[in-house]
Amino acid sequence: MDNLNKIDKTNKKDIKISIVAGTPGAGKTSVLIHTIKNLMNAGHKPAVVKIDCLYTDDDVRYGKLGIPTLIGLSKDMCPDHFAIYNMEEMVEWAKNQDEDIDILIIETAGLCHRCAPYTKNSLGICVIDATSGPNTPRKVGPFLTSADVVAITKGDIISQAEREVFRERILEMNPHCRIYDVNGLSGQGCGEIADEIAETKPLASLENEELRHNAPLCICTLCVGETRVSKKYHRGVLRRIDGFTKYTGE
Amino acid sequence: MDINEITIIGGYNKFGEPEAVRELTVKKGEIFGVVGPTGSGKSNLISDIEQLAQRDTLSRRKILINGEVPPVDMRRDPRKRRIAQLSQNMNFLADMTVEEFLLMHAKSRGIEKEGIVDEIINLANKLTGEPIKKEYNLTILSGGQSRSLMVADVAVISDSPIVLIDEIENAGIKKHEALELLAGYGKIVMVITHDPVLALMTDRRVVMKNGGMTEIIETTEEEKEVSKKLNNIDNWMLLMREKIRHGGRLALEDIEFTV
Ligand SMILES: Nc1nc2c(ncn2[C@@H]2O[C@H](COP(=O)(O)OP(=O)(O)OP(=O)(O)O)[C@@H](O)[C@H]2O)c(=O)[nH]1
Ligand SMILES: Nc1ncnc2c1ncn2[C@@H]1O[C@H](COP(=O)(O)OP(=O)(O)O)[C@@H](O)[C@H]1O
Ligand SMILES: [Mg+2]
Ligand SMILES: [Mg+2]
Ligand SMILES: [Zn+2]
Ligand SMILES: [Zn+2]
Repeated sequence: MDNLNKIDKTNKKDIKISIVAGTPGAGKTSVLIHTIKNLMNAGHKPAVVKIDCLYTDDDVRYGKLGIPTLIGLSKDMCPDHFAIYNMEEMVEWAKNQDEDIDILIIETAGLCHRCAPYTKNSLGICVIDATSGPNTPRKVGPFLTSADVVAITKGDIISQAEREVFRERILEMNPHCRIYDVNGLSGQGCGEIADEIAETKPLASLENEELRHNAPLCICTLCVGETRVSKKYHRGVLRRIDGFTKYTGE
Repeated sequence: MDINEITIIGGYNKFGEPEAVRELTVKKGEIFGVVGPTGSGKSNLISDIEQLAQRDTLSRRKILINGEVPPVDMRRDPRKRRIAQLSQNMNFLADMTVEEFLLMHAKSRGIEKEGIVDEIINLANKLTGEPIKKEYNLTILSGGQSRSLMVADVAVISDSPIVLIDEIENAGIKKHEALELLAGYGKIVMVITHDPVLALMTDRRVVMKNGGMTEIIETTEEEKEVSKKLNNIDNWMLLMREKIRHGGRLALEDIEFTV
């Protein structure tokens, strides 16, 4: 996250924010590339930020679209926490572009199944791979359950019956989401995702913006760098395998 | 809404050239074939129909229902789409038992029916030599079992006015019976096939090449006769196959077969 605060152009128009989460390799970038083309054809000026942990070449793929692209690597931090913490910087960066950016799309790493980086007034898009099997929607947690829009990818390689079962599982986990069958290779369904993004309300300021889902309650000594395994070194909110949760420490 | 016909408005082939067949309408009660070499775009054509493509797929085709652009919710919601598709993907990836899967699928289509699992499994077992049991895990089913189960599932749970079938041959199943089961009565049926028996069961067929629809051929009365005879040969092959599988031996008299 270098080069963030170059020029400060104020009074730019408010930006619509879409946050895209999904397990690694689910097809987020593939879907977004088609989606962004649709947005550009409709006269929008999107910018993209990709948050990942250690490595990504998604910036090269987005770069080919000729739009402003920024990478953030969270290193040893939870990538969702990192994304949330840097939300204001990302919006600033988008506003500081030469072009009048009206849409900011944030692609997250989606490694953490306890966090969801969606905020209350952004559009939360969950990209989920249908070939991961119908138990996946039960496992992935808040980035599915608190999403507005769910884009199901790779339906082209399973049967219609399996697609329908997968969809049913998603509705069980998130009954109010709007589901789209999309194809990251052909771009099918991406026009509708573009419409969703374009119809989002712009966000005037992040000042009072809140997360939709609390970050996990756990904060313990492991989170801050303890490497010793024995129980006696651990403090904070700790949960045993039998489900017993307690707070240790002051 | 009664679905009386579907229309495919031609798009472009893989080279970006307009398809030779510009418009194709298939009416209720018709079985329509799709033929062509591997990679010629047969599966792609079927999936355009399943998605009710509106110039938003690779081929830029447009699909009309009863001559009109289908409503948005019909495109989005599979419960409203009323298209059954048996795709080429032969194996299940879902880690569930046959029973769990069928119940879940019935629920997704809004169907609650006593004994539906047994009904489907019984149907499937008529199409395959290796019986399926409801406690089996989907992922252990053989190609023939998976295919039979998919056919029975489509026939019972996905029972829809439009039926799209992608190659029911290959796996060891009774394809003629499978097609009859799927086609039902008064439906719009499109079937992709390399198999002469199935291809000649259709009323017309479209020939695919390089991703585009190139020509429409009507099945002649003579071809229908050929089809019946080929079907006898086929059933006989299946019989031999079962004999071998169950440890039997074949004798010359087993092939004293006259067409
Ligand atoms: N068959 C099929 N493959 C797809 C589809 N969407 C994406 N893929 C493939 O899935 C792989 C991963 O796609 P990406 O778009 O890079 O996935 P991602 O979610 O952005 O991945 P990360 O950013 O690394 O987490 C690529 O090989 C894509 O070509 C789809 O709808 N169908
Ligand atoms: N009209 C088209 N335009 C562009 N690509 C196409 C078109 N039709 C088919 N394809 C592509 O060609 C490949 C083979 O098509 P497919 O439908 O699988 O062929 P088949 O089922 O006849 O073997 C696929 O990757 C498909 O996406
Ligand atoms: Mg990506
Ligand atoms: Mg095919
Ligand atoms: Zn986290
Ligand atoms: Zn911790």
